[in-house]
Amino acid sequence: MSAAHDDHGHDLGAAHGTLRDYTFGFALSVVLTAVPFWLVMAHPLGDKALTGALVVLFAAAQIVVHMIFFLHMNSKSEGGWNMLALLFTVMLVVIVLSGSLWVMHHLNANMMPMARSMADMP
Amino acid sequence: MSAPANTPPADPAAWYDLHEHDHPEGGSTLLGFWIYLMSDCLIFAMLFAAFGVLGGNYAAGPGPRDLFELPLVALNTAMLLLSSITYGFAMLAMQRGTVRAVQGWLVVTALFGAAFLSIELYEFAHLIGDGATPQRSAFLSAFFTLVGTHGLHVTFGLIWLAVLVVQVGQRGLVAANRRRLQCLSLFWHFLDVIWIGVFTFVYLLGVLR
Repeated sequence: MSAAHDDHGHDLGAAHGTLRDYTFGFALSVVLTAVPFWLVMAHPLGDKALTGALVVLFAAAQIVVHMIFFLHMNSKSEGGWNMLALLFTVMLVVIVLSGSLWVMHHLNANMMPMARSMADMP
Repeated sequence: MSAPANTPPADPAAWYDLHEHDHPEGGSTLLGFWIYLMSDCLIFAMLFAAFGVLGGNYAAGPGPRDLFELPLVALNTAMLLLSSITYGFAMLAMQRGTVRAVQGWLVVTALFGAAFLSIELYEFAHLIGDGATPQRSAFLSAFFTLVGTHGLHVTFGLIWLAVLVVQVGQRGLVAANRRRLQCLSLFWHFLDVIWIGVFTFVYLLGVLR
């Protein structure tokens, strides 16, 4: 295999980052990790639901940051197939997670009420 | 040998590709590896779903607030995040073509990864010592399965890192080794992405619950 050929394949293949990408992504990740830990450990907001929602939001943002700056995700890499596979997976994950939680929550809610002593049994 | 009854036409139909064009060796490896990672992502989605369903069933045993020490988890998260950026430096060194720097950063990455794994094993040992074993409650079964599967992935990542340090030393940064380094890069950063889900949904939201 000639060197030119390898370079050719390399250029069409996965994207790669620069030092600026990595350090910028790392700085963003540190902030997006530190803030939710601080929110939960110091509990400055007082409101559990609000804190929980913010923590999930920070996680979603950090996942996107990692995808872009560390995994070099973009619509061009591998001719768009990477992005297509990712979107398909995200769809499946959303269906699996929301479906499981939804179904099982309703199953729990519609269970016959148990005697208190039974509910506490291991 | 007699001629066949129906001789193929001189100009074959164009509905199949006669001219097999040359694909560069390993040209589809990264896409294939990405698809593997996506399937791995589905495994973790199942484990997250199981934890989401069972995460509140303590069976009158200890809950997240009794068990989890967030400073330890924060330290663990820092280890994995640092190992991510050092792997990024290894990739940058690969682009520059300096073998020594690649090996050095890979070793640093492996050390951070090993630190992550040691802290996690320390946490597990601590929990089991306190009687919070996987058998104790559905919450703990789901917890150990999810976090343990992630830890197992990190373990295999560490083995892969060690193998690549040797391979890069033996062959240098040839095309095959560059491809392997790129695959491990995807794997390693992917594990960090999964860990974001773990520390958010298992630890932070667990303690908040």
